[in-house]
Amino acid sequence: MQWETVIGLEIHAQLATKTKIFSGAATAYGAEPNTQACAVDLGLPGVLPVLNKETVRMAVKFGVAIGAQLDSRSVFARKNYFYPDLPKGYQISQMDLPIVGVGELQIEMEDGESKTIGITRAHLEEDAGKSLHDDFHGQSGIDLNRAGTPLLEIVSEPDLRSAKEAVVYAKKIHSLVRYLEICDGNMQEGSFRCDANVSVRPVGQKEYGTRAEVKNVNSFRFLERAINFEVERQIDLIESGGTVAQETRLYDANKNETRSMRSKEEANDYRYFPDPDLLPVVIEASFIEAVRADLPELPDEKKARFIEEFSLSAYDAGVLTASRELAAYYEEVNAVCGEPKLAVNWVMGDLSGLLNKEGKEIGESPVSAQRLGGMLQRIVDKTISGKIAKEVFEAIWNGEGSADEIIAKKGLKQITDSGAIEGIIDEVIANNPNQLAQYRDGKEKLMGFFVGQVMKASKGKANPGQVNQLLKSKLKG
Amino acid sequence: MHNKTIAELSAALASGEVSSVALTEHFLARIKRLDPELNSFVTVTAEQALADAAAADAARAEGSAGPLTGVPFAHKDIFCTEGVKTACGSKMLDNFIAPYDAAVVSKMKAAGMVMLGKTNMDEFAMGSSNETSFYGPVKNPWDKERVPGGSSGGSAAAVAARLAPMATGTDTGGSIRQPASLCGITGLKPTYGRVSRYGMIAFASSLDQAGPMARSAEDCALMLQLMAGFDERDSTSLENEVPDYSKGLNNSLEGLRIGLPKEYFGEGLDPEVAKVIETAIEEYKKMGATVKEISLPNTHLAVPAYYIVAPAECSSNLSRMDGVRFGHRCDDPKNLEDLYSRSRGEGFGEEVKRRILVGAYALSAGYYDAYYIKAQQIRHLISDDFKAAFTEVDLIMGPTTPSTAFNVGEKSKDPISMYLSDIYTISANLAGLPGLSLPAGFAQNMPVGLQVIGNYFDEARLLNVAHRFQQETTWHQQTPAGIE
Repeated sequence: MQWETVIGLEIHAQLATKTKIFSGAATAYGAEPNTQACAVDLGLPGVLPVLNKETVRMAVKFGVAIGAQLDSRSVFARKNYFYPDLPKGYQISQMDLPIVGVGELQIEMEDGESKTIGITRAHLEEDAGKSLHDDFHGQSGIDLNRAGTPLLEIVSEPDLRSAKEAVVYAKKIHSLVRYLEICDGNMQEGSFRCDANVSVRPVGQKEYGTRAEVKNVNSFRFLERAINFEVERQIDLIESGGTVAQETRLYDANKNETRSMRSKEEANDYRYFPDPDLLPVVIEASFIEAVRADLPELPDEKKARFIEEFSLSAYDAGVLTASRELAAYYEEVNAVCGEPKLAVNWVMGDLSGLLNKEGKEIGESPVSAQRLGGMLQRIVDKTISGKIAKEVFEAIWNGEGSADEIIAKKGLKQITDSGAIEGIIDEVIANNPNQLAQYRDGKEKLMGFFVGQVMKASKGKANPGQVNQLLKSKLKG
Repeated sequence: MHNKTIAELSAALASGEVSSVALTEHFLARIKRLDPELNSFVTVTAEQALADAAAADAARAEGSAGPLTGVPFAHKDIFCTEGVKTACGSKMLDNFIAPYDAAVVSKMKAAGMVMLGKTNMDEFAMGSSNETSFYGPVKNPWDKERVPGGSSGGSAAAVAARLAPMATGTDTGGSIRQPASLCGITGLKPTYGRVSRYGMIAFASSLDQAGPMARSAEDCALMLQLMAGFDERDSTSLENEVPDYSKGLNNSLEGLRIGLPKEYFGEGLDPEVAKVIETAIEEYKKMGATVKEISLPNTHLAVPAYYIVAPAECSSNLSRMDGVRFGHRCDDPKNLEDLYSRSRGEGFGEEVKRRILVGAYALSAGYYDAYYIKAQQIRHLISDDFKAAFTEVDLIMGPTTPSTAFNVGEKSKDPISMYLSDIYTISANLAGLPGLSLPAGFAQNMPVGLQVIGNYFDEARLLNVAHRFQQETTWHQQTPAGIE
């Protein structure tokens, strides 16, 4: 039987506010346990939540960016359950009236196919603390630093049809929240987390299959693997006569498998009700308009502009604009060297390659956009060849200075004086009489040999175009 | 000295007739002598009180004292007081020393008032007789066989017994007005949002409101002046300007339109209580008020709606009492489930457990619409009843409670009859309106309270109306036997 995969994602994006959603405590990552938890975060008797307005602005920003319906009134609700790292015994979240309503997002697959993914809603909520199970000798430690950290939970429609699509969608949301500067996107630190609702159904069937929710996925790579594992598990299960249970499953990256965490029967009845400590949030149209006016250029707009302005391919433009920092870097390189295509090749080629190899982000690049642009300028004005540029680039990467400094210091300036090049050619021809004879007998393949010898003799500095031209006429004799 | 009102004590302190230390010693001595029997205080902070009193006297000597500097009082044990046990009438918080001050507590401190201690109350403010307190029942100073009412029963008894000139209270379904009525004092529940709830341990967040309990309306005005006002730490506190509550106390009542809801005078009302209320109304007529019968047709729905909304909210509010970070923790928990169930099972009393269960049930999947949503709709109907009434009358009067104080143990086995003792007070909480109870006479030798319900933010008028009555009558000056 042919199976179709159906996926919906729930993404928790930690909002990049300085303070928590309902208290004045700091949200910085990595502090000593319980040093960033005030009376409100501890859930002491008598304390009350006060909404951090910045979280509302950030949520609205996201809503505007995905063209979502933004109702004027949204309500915070209590989600009641007991857990040691949930200090109040309830999480303040949103249920019936989320701050961001229905919206959508375009995604482009590698093959250029584009698809619209529906976004059901996005709502504000507070994060819980952390339970620490090691080092406490049979007891658990509770760290409430994270308790009360603002989250925007972004819920997609079940519009995704493969693990690949899910990853492309998740990356697009990741890119968007970073463009909007509402989330730092750090998946290692848990600032951006994905849960996947996965089900399968026979191709052609209208009804959805029973879904399992896969949690604990902290990278895009694991997201793809976890979904693929889960899809196979479900298909195997059904094909061997079983049925998929509605449950929450935990992904184990070490074993690359999902394990049942709790079944529907074991699931909590969260007893949601409007939080009486918080008033409904009323968003005025003027507020939405102010947020809209303040919106940065978004990935799709930037991509279109790159294609238009720099004549880039859709693929190149897509890769460059996926990250706001990379796009800005590219634009700066381009502004310095004035050759969009050359800039693309270097940014996406040598630079990205080296960054990937060393596991660095563009923001951590040892080669600044100014320096890369400066080097490309020297290619454009023929001071160095593309080949020498690789050597120069490596030197810049290693902190040896700017392109000009390195070219001067290492004497890498291209030889463009015809007389000097002719001298080298004459010497090479004189040293290789056999090859010359063969060439003149019609073995024209040997042209490459001579070019190589000349370049070698010039230590790569001879202008390759001139070498070719002059060599051709000299070899003819 | 203990028979003086706050206004009088303020004058005596200002004139140097008495020092704050002497006054504080006097009240502490009374507490020591009379409270072992009454049980109105759960904590007496004698040492701190005397230090605060000395500081108040010093401030007065150097000319930096305010009108209330050095005046002793007591806090209901529901308000968090930094460094002082705040148990809220529960075993659950018997070991809880609050690390911060409630908004109301800060305001009293800033005014230089001297806290004598914390008063007894029903556990987590759930009760109408003070019998649900972990610290034992409070006795009514008028008859020690009877309850003082609740949940602010300790505050009411302490003020009635002249153990403190005033005490703070909180009112979720009548917890200021009902004990004020049963103990023969004046108590005011302000408009919801008038006084910050910050630091007040939540029972039912959408209904809870703090207010003053004192012997006269004039004193309540002075105290409300201090307690009221916007607080950015409480999102439900309101930004309306705080008027001068003492300014209009003597305003004429000529032409005042009083509404008497027929639903407050029907079946279940003790005839002797009804008679006291009717006499009080006659007094108002003499002062120039006009009286009109009105109807609040949804009154019969108030108690049922309240007993959905309040338990629903409390079931969630009390979830933080889980034995993990503070409060009672059971010995040697076997696992997490055991930690929760035994800590909570041991820490909470019967009435609290009953309400948590009712509330959790009302909020659970499949019942939410039938109970919680319906109760919220009833709240709207009740608010609309009042809204309609206030187009015809300026304020509403009736009995605060259907009977005078009942005997200890009389209703504690029958929750429904206990709940019905708040039948006249609950509506004001559901609608968020201000309500006041003032002594209006006696029935069966026990005090009877007259309830006055006003429109939103009309506390000044309630205080004016109560004050004028207290100028014409002496019911509020009556003293229980044996405590002179």
